[in-house]
Amino acid sequence: MGSQGIGARVRRKEDDRHLHGRGRFVGDMTMPGLREVAFLRSPVAHGRLGAVRKPAGQEHLVFTSADMDGVRPILAKSGIPGFKISDYPALAKDKVRFVGEAVAMCVARTRAEAEDLAESVEIEIEELLAVVDSLAAREPQAPLVHESWGDNLFLETVANGDIDDIVKRAPIVVKREYRTARQCMHPMEGKGVLAYWDHQAGQLVVCSSTQVPHMIRTGLSECLGIEQRLIRVVPPDVGGGFGYKCVLQPEEVCVAWLALTQKRPFRWVEDRREHLTAGANTRQHHYSVTAYADERGRLLALDAEVTIDVGAYSVWPFTAGLEAAQAGGNLPGPYDFRGYRCRTYSVATNKPPFTPYRGVARTGVCFAIELTIDAIARAVGREPAEVREENLVQARDMPYDNVTNKHYDSGNYPESLRRAVRMIDLPGVRARQKRGEPDGQLVGVGFSTFTEQSAHGTKVFAAWGIPLVPGYEQATARLTPDGGLELRAGIHTIGQGLETTLSQVASEILTLPVDQIQVVLGDTALTPYSTGAYASRGMVMAGGAVSRSCEELARRIRHIAAHLMQCEAEEVELRDGKIFGRNASISFAEVGRAWYLRPEQLPDDVDTMGLEVTEGFRPQVDTGAFTYATHAAVVAVDPDTGLTRILDYIIVEDCGRMVNPMIVEGQTFGGTAQGIGTALFEESTYDGAGQPLASTLMDYLLPGPAELPAMRIGHMETPSPYTAHGIKGVGEGGAIAPPGAVVNAINDALRSLGAEIAEIPATPRRVLDAILAAKARPKSEEVARP
Amino acid sequence: MKPVAFDYERAGNLEEAVALLRRADAGAKLVSGGQSLGPMLNLRLVRPELLIDVRRLQSLRRVEESDDRILFGAALTHAEFEDGEVPDPTGGLMRHVAGGIAYRAVRNRGTIGGSLAHADPAADWLSALTAVDAAVQVRSQAGERVICLSDFVLGAFTTALAEDEMIEAVAVPRLSAASAWGYHKICRKAGEFADAIGAVVVDPERRYCRVVMGAVDGPPVLLEEMAEALAAGGAEAGLAKLDAAVEVALPEAAPAARQLHAVAVRRAIGQVYGR
Ligand SMILES: Cc1cc2nc3c(=O)[nH]c(=O)nc-3n(C[C@H](O)[C@H](O)[C@H](O)COP(=O)(O)OP(=O)(O)OC[C@H]3O[C@@H](n4cnc5c(N)ncnc54)[C@H](O)[C@@H]3O)c2cc1C
Repeated sequence: MGSQGIGARVRRKEDDRHLHGRGRFVGDMTMPGLREVAFLRSPVAHGRLGAVRKPAGQEHLVFTSADMDGVRPILAKSGIPGFKISDYPALAKDKVRFVGEAVAMCVARTRAEAEDLAESVEIEIEELLAVVDSLAAREPQAPLVHESWGDNLFLETVANGDIDDIVKRAPIVVKREYRTARQCMHPMEGKGVLAYWDHQAGQLVVCSSTQVPHMIRTGLSECLGIEQRLIRVVPPDVGGGFGYKCVLQPEEVCVAWLALTQKRPFRWVEDRREHLTAGANTRQHHYSVTAYADERGRLLALDAEVTIDVGAYSVWPFTAGLEAAQAGGNLPGPYDFRGYRCRTYSVATNKPPFTPYRGVARTGVCFAIELTIDAIARAVGREPAEVREENLVQARDMPYDNVTNKHYDSGNYPESLRRAVRMIDLPGVRARQKRGEPDGQLVGVGFSTFTEQSAHGTKVFAAWGIPLVPGYEQATARLTPDGGLELRAGIHTIGQGLETTLSQVASEILTLPVDQIQVVLGDTALTPYSTGAYASRGMVMAGGAVSRSCEELARRIRHIAAHLMQCEAEEVELRDGKIFGRNASISFAEVGRAWYLRPEQLPDDVDTMGLEVTEGFRPQVDTGAFTYATHAAVVAVDPDTGLTRILDYIIVEDCGRMVNPMIVEGQTFGGTAQGIGTALFEESTYDGAGQPLASTLMDYLLPGPAELPAMRIGHMETPSPYTAHGIKGVGEGGAIAPPGAVVNAINDALRSLGAEIAEIPATPRRVLDAILAAKARPKSEEVARP
Repeated sequence: MKPVAFDYERAGNLEEAVALLRRADAGAKLVSGGQSLGPMLNLRLVRPELLIDVRRLQSLRRVEESDDRILFGAALTHAEFEDGEVPDPTGGLMRHVAGGIAYRAVRNRGTIGGSLAHADPAADWLSALTAVDAAVQVRSQAGERVICLSDFVLGAFTTALAEDEMIEAVAVPRLSAASAWGYHKICRKAGEFADAIGAVVVDPERRYCRVVMGAVDGPPVLLEEMAEALAAGGAEAGLAKLDAAVEVALPEAAPAARQLHAVAVRRAIGQVYGR
């Protein structure tokens, strides 16, 4: 292994430019004649759109859906039976369906002037009753987001296991309702797109802050009605994605259309207020869960109803059905039980269109199942960690096909929990609780274990019926004439360090140092097609493809090197960035020079494909490499104020073979910070008319350094049997478990008061309300059967 | 989120500032640290035609000490109080309060005068300086007047300042050596505005006692009966009045909100009496 290969804590290649402020984001780009775009957005949640009056003399600088003749709406149809279709026009047409929906596009020399122009446009809207609550939206009298549907259901799915026997005989029944708030994803850089017409290439060039450049090209071509070869999508630096940028944005369609029709450069950069209102598009779930268990707390069956507040439209390509499909499929979590009934409702409301966020539905389902496990433990009067451990899929049962047919490929889930229990010192916390705190604070401890299907592949996506299914991932590896390496992959780097980790995979095979490796990502003109960076698939899929292409490149290098060193190819070894023969060694540069510049030195049977290789990869079993982790939190709740402080936080994770442990830790800590935001702080609230109430960062709280604990992490490394190098995905995992761990800890702390939280974020207000409610009611008894 | 176009003038001295303010009528806004005005401009919640920058005016950065009070220029920053670069007549209360405002970056620029003029009910200076009975020295082309802080704020984001008036300085009485204060801010995360503030000053030598309940919907509330009980009978006597006082002051508030305010005041009193 090269010293910078798989497993090395190599410093991130991309950090030099970012730490020096030399990254190149959409907002940094300059171009002669560039015009800035501001969107005029709907001020109401639901209404019939009447006339849009442009200011006199400036009609040519304002564009509405009527101007965008021939542009097709974004159409994301799920193949799941019963799915209802929503046309999502890039600019609102006939109706507006959420506050922040783009109605008109205004163009000026500066953004401020474009915003002035937007203010001078008059729009007539006949306001309609808004659909704000997803449960109310399911009622028959609810106003309709899409009138032609007759109801507000994008999709209903049913998993109808036979659990009647269990329901009849189970001694323990636990019923709970859970809610998770609507959220924004808050990448540091919001959306941004700059588009222009390249006269030399005869192409529309779209520089977009996106996770999925190749898909955006496909999507733009469908909406704009031009051939894909006429579009080049070039993603510059992307300041975080988290899922927010994994779908075709209406603004991308609009700005691309301007450049296409006007043949000059245009740019739009999302501001934080647009993000907080038009971008409040994720996480909002409601659960009704009934769990059946035996006297020891062994889970026998789960009966659940999940309602997803999907918002107004279906996003392309992931659709309005993906979240529910993921929720229904993942609710059983890492647990071993056989009785499962689950209905999911994907409900249209007058809110921004639901987009999958880091962890996708799993942050919600993990919260629901983890609180349920603790509730069961309380019902049987046992230590939650023990009940959790007994319910987990055991290592001896791996690989394990769970109740929703997910194939858990490898790992030791209970061991991750046991380690977390040790690291957080559970007996110590229990002893501390017995002693009590001098200041009256209540201490509690909580655990949360999850398994995450990373890099779920072709079959899985095909089953979800989304319009664009990922298949093989390709990468190109090219030796340069002077012995350097160029890697090209269609996936994009959005902050997760792929430039470094893909280089490490190449270094593992070719032994070249990472700084001799150049990485080109995402540009549709330069890289192989990729569906992009999402679903924790980059390292597994693009990493696998780089591995394959470098192996083939190594084979060809060995062949040429053997000829140059007068030995057999089998005798040639790549080591420490050099090439060794039987009793000689040469450099990569010498091989490069031979191929490119001195072909007379080549053997007669040289592979004419040369030193440039494109290879593809898909895992042997492509139903996903399952990573898992246990998070543990100790919190102190102030019973007078409801404020929660996290005193200690433990993560024990297993993402298979770690390509770069430092990056694994960075990804995990970052995700965990977001998960703590979900658990305690973040919430996009609405009034009854669908007006967003959190439109600045004063109302929408993000956790900062002072709110985040010093996380401690332990690693386990169980290679996936199915992927190259045993790699599993890790990008999303951190964001999944924190709400479960933190709220279980809060409930553990509140136990003595008889209060329980079932809604996140667990704000001081919710905690206080729960405490006050518990004080007001007579001691309740747990729902246990006689 | 870009402001509407505006003109910008940096006033060379106080006279110029008030003259500009007068001339521009309602179309002008003073800008000091810009930490409240900046966001309001960007959100287009205010649309002044003219910004008059007073941040560098020497007369707004002065400190005048006298026997019974210190006069602080309006453009002194939160950070200058936090760092002890100016004297503290309140036995550490002002320094403590300054360090709990927002984040350091905001404190580096935000000013005491700007904060009071902005009159956000949740602002820290407002409650803290009401507790010590500070007064605002106000200036216009017509002249000067002094308004005590409890009369200065009329409601949320509304002050007694006329359109052509500006804050020149804040006069803060000196607490005696035997005095004690308590200040408790409840907020959801470091650097956030308060959900509840309790500010208590007990100064027997000056026969002074104030209990302030801040971060309510309007100006900070003086809990006068409680203060009297506190001065007469100590912590227990004062606290006995707390729940009733909060109930009277906040009849509409939800029980949890009322509890927060009560806790903030109770904890501030706890600091005064060393527990
Ligand atoms: C992220 C963030 C967090 C914050 N958290 C807190 C907090 O926890 N507690 C807290 O108390 N505050 C907080 N603030 C507000 C901060 O303290 C501001 O600095 C302060 O409110 C305004 O002071 P300024 O000098 O920046 O005023 P500016 O923003 O310049 O002006 C504010 C208003 O006062 C007027 N004005 C300015 N100077 C004068 C003058 N001399 N006479 C008359 N009118 C004048 C302006 O016209 C304007 O209307 C926070 C601000 C931010 C951005």
